[in-house]
Amino acid sequence: MRKPEQELAEIKSMMERSTRFLSLSGLSGILAGTYALIAAGLAYAWVYYPNVPFGTNIELIGQENILGKLLVTAAVVLLFSIGTAWLMSQSKSKKKAQKFWTPASKRFIQALLVPLVVGGIFCLALMSRGYLVIVAPATLIFYGLALINASTFTLTDIKYLGYCQLVLGIISAFFPGYGLLLWAMGFGVLHIIYGAMMYYKYDR
Amino acid sequence: MVRLRVMSILMVNEEYDFNSFKEMLDVTDGNLASHLKNLEKQEYIQVSKSFVGRKPLTNYSATESGKQAFQAHLEFLENLIKENKS
Repeated sequence: MRKPEQELAEIKSMMERSTRFLSLSGLSGILAGTYALIAAGLAYAWVYYPNVPFGTNIELIGQENILGKLLVTAAVVLLFSIGTAWLMSQSKSKKKAQKFWTPASKRFIQALLVPLVVGGIFCLALMSRGYLVIVAPATLIFYGLALINASTFTLTDIKYLGYCQLVLGIISAFFPGYGLLLWAMGFGVLHIIYGAMMYYKYDR
Repeated sequence: MVRLRVMSILMVNEEYDFNSFKEMLDVTDGNLASHLKNLEKQEYIQVSKSFVGRKPLTNYSATESGKQAFQAHLEFLENLIKENKS
């Protein structure tokens, strides 16, 4: 006869594995943060250089097609980050001999994508109307909400990453001149810190 | 053991389909089918069949009595643990 403690542990593990997507790769967070920092560096070179990387000289963005360059950069970073996360999580679930495509992972992706896609379209609308100062806070806020929404279906730790993004988003909404700096903090530095923490906690 | 795992999954998922059970539990078709039939006969789970495109999809969900039986089993386990401690 099996021990009741073992049986309870078994039940708990079944419940977790069937509802949560546990193969999220920490290393991919570090890489996504690095991409974002590179992009922020490019944006600084285009918008502010050789001045300090803050201030509301947003009117500059309208010139020389800088807005177009920024949009393409953002899209490339987004695609690379999602691609990296996808591939590395897939190989992590292979290593753990778990299936990547489960009801839990589908729910996780859906919970993440709904606020993210809505936020992305909303930001495009903001840009097309010329409200450029509010785009950086809007991306941070929608991303934070997406993370909190999706944290029910994966490692709960990403909830805290979500809260931090929200705080940065709100701060940058009130200090529009620091949008680029706060954006680099949120998508760059926070991703690297969080990715490293997840790597040491779960992946090694 | 398979049956307890099936019930654990159905306690936290509104419904779960045959193939996902198979992957999660790492059992053969025949083995899983007989366990599911058994649970269905005890009226612990209910079955709903549908189609996604042309593929048949069999979804399972826990019934009220299934959930009660699971809770009762949890309490039984807890009591065992308490008795062992004292």
